Amino acid sequence: MAGEIQNPIIRVRDITVQFGATRVLDGLNLDVKRGEILGFVGPSGAGKSVLTRTIIGLVPKVAGSIEVFGVDLDSSSASQRRNVERRWGVLFQQGALFSSLTVRQNIQFPMREYLRVSQRLMDEITMAKLTMVGLKPEVAERFPSELSGGMIKRVALARALSLDPDLVFLDEPTSGLDPIGAGDFDELVRTLQRTLGLTVFMVTHDLDSLYTACDRIAVLGNGKIIAAGSIADMQASQHPWLRQYFHGKRARAVMG
Amino acid sequence: MSGDPKLERIAKGNALALCATGTWTASFAPVLERMVTEAEKLAGTPQSIFIDVSEVAKLDTFGAWLIERLRRSLTKGPVEAQIAGLSANYSSLVDEVRRVRATAVVDSNPITISGMLEQIGRAVAGVAGTVAGLVDMLGAVLAAWFRVLVHPRSLRLTSTVHHMEQVCWRAVPIIVLITFLIGCIIAQQGIFHFRRFGADIFVVDMLGVLVLREIGVLLVAIMVAGRSGSAYTAELGSMKMREEIDALRTMGFDPIEVLVLPRMMALVLALPILAFLGAMAALYGGGLVAWLYGGVQPEAFLLRLRDAISIDHFIVGIVKAPVMAAVIGIVACVEGLAVQGSAESLGQHTTASVVKGIFFVIVMDGVFAIFFASIGM
Repeated sequence: MAGEIQNPIIRVRDITVQFGATRVLDGLNLDVKRGEILGFVGPSGAGKSVLTRTIIGLVPKVAGSIEVFGVDLDSSSASQRRNVERRWGVLFQQGALFSSLTVRQNIQFPMREYLRVSQRLMDEITMAKLTMVGLKPEVAERFPSELSGGMIKRVALARALSLDPDLVFLDEPTSGLDPIGAGDFDELVRTLQRTLGLTVFMVTHDLDSLYTACDRIAVLGNGKIIAAGSIADMQASQHPWLRQYFHGKRARAVMG
Repeated sequence: MSGDPKLERIAKGNALALCATGTWTASFAPVLERMVTEAEKLAGTPQSIFIDVSEVAKLDTFGAWLIERLRRSLTKGPVEAQIAGLSANYSSLVDEVRRVRATAVVDSNPITISGMLEQIGRAVAGVAGTVAGLVDMLGAVLAAWFRVLVHPRSLRLTSTVHHMEQVCWRAVPIIVLITFLIGCIIAQQGIFHFRRFGADIFVVDMLGVLVLREIGVLLVAIMVAGRSGSAYTAELGSMKMREEIDALRTMGFDPIEVLVLPRMMALVLALPILAFLGAMAALYGGGLVAWLYGGVQPEAFLLRLRDAISIDHFIVGIVKAPVMAAVIGIVACVEGLAVQGSAESLGQHTTASVVKGIFFVIVMDGVFAIFFASIGM
């Protein structure tokens, strides 16, 4: 366990992913360090979501290896894998809440499967999670179709956090939120990361999120990581896409 | 990591002190909950209560909440319980948990007799709503159809042809196979029982009348309700769930005209064709069994069939087909457009579509039987 602290929490090596003849990721390497919030950016269609889905095992890869918590996901046994899955939470782009369950049942679903605790404790923890993500307890008995877009993201985050994971994947958490809501969400991720000691892997398009929430930024282009580092490194980079991204009209507006 | 969590009581004169050690995380939640429930029962009127957490190796929301819960339940008396020795790492987590209001969970409605009666009442009242919904849809479809008649260019021909392929062309193999087998079975049963009276040859009369008037079209309609009615409901339902129908409406299109009418037209054209093919397949199967099992030569079968049936039998059967198709289509589209936001709702409405579709097909068949009997066909 001592080694785990020094080693990166996610270690991706030479990943190649192909859909038919199109190569989406081409020998990609990436490390995510323990306790950081990594912002992951890149042009639309560059494969940001594909990388996330490859790491969590939803998209098969052609070559390369992925280690999460020091466990190689290809050679691990089923129980090791389950153990890893229990320690991560995923927030999907559209929330992916179970539409036939209430908010409370959605949040309790992973607990019910993995932990043998009383209904009372589950209800109390659910209320705690809802409070943490900034929702009122009344929301608990609603169905996902009765929630607004921002609430869906918050509930999905609460579900991703329901087992107190060490690592969360956020796929465009602020897309579709109004700027104030998005700002609140960044703040929330930051707070939760501090209180729970989370490591956050965040795919985003939102420049504000990059400035306010992320410790480190990785940029995807041509199937590889073209740059990784702090926001200052990104601004100093001479890469044409990065220059456009961080010095374009919107970027200047964000920086004031 | 440090081992199992423990909660020990340390006697300190008049004070009640509890010392928590080990890992207080989700993985140990069952053990933690048991320990905390036990500790909550500690009675007495101490002058001060302390929960010492300085030895806790790891804490997450589960552990933090259980400590908070213990603190709250020990605070019942005049003395407030204190959490001591909290490390800086975890203080924000404990603060966060402290903000949680203990809300009583609303229990779902208990089952009562009046509740059950209410449900029955609502279901009965719902029947009127169902019929009204069907009539409403029938009206909307007819209105859309008249609009298309006036402006034939607004007919969605590509869509109609696409649905024809789905509900007619692709349904032919299974419809023909099933009706063929049903024809075989009717002939076999007829011969088996008629032989006792030496009336083998009358199996041809039975087969002809039954297949052309009733079984052919009824069976095909039931199969189409299961095959295409369910598909219509699922398609429209998932479009409703993803707000695609709202999108159409905002672009100035009428969902009835764009989505429902092509499907209805495809079904109304398809069912007579399928019913005809089904009837032929059933007669063929029956003839085959009559020959191989009953020893009725094909020539004798055809001769007898010509005597036994008239064009009236065929008309009675085929006239019903478009009406049944319209009933199936309307039920399927009403159910599809009634889908709410959840996957469960989609499932319920698809089931309802098939069940109601088959029910109305059989009711229509009964109405037709009375009608044709009274006009003497």
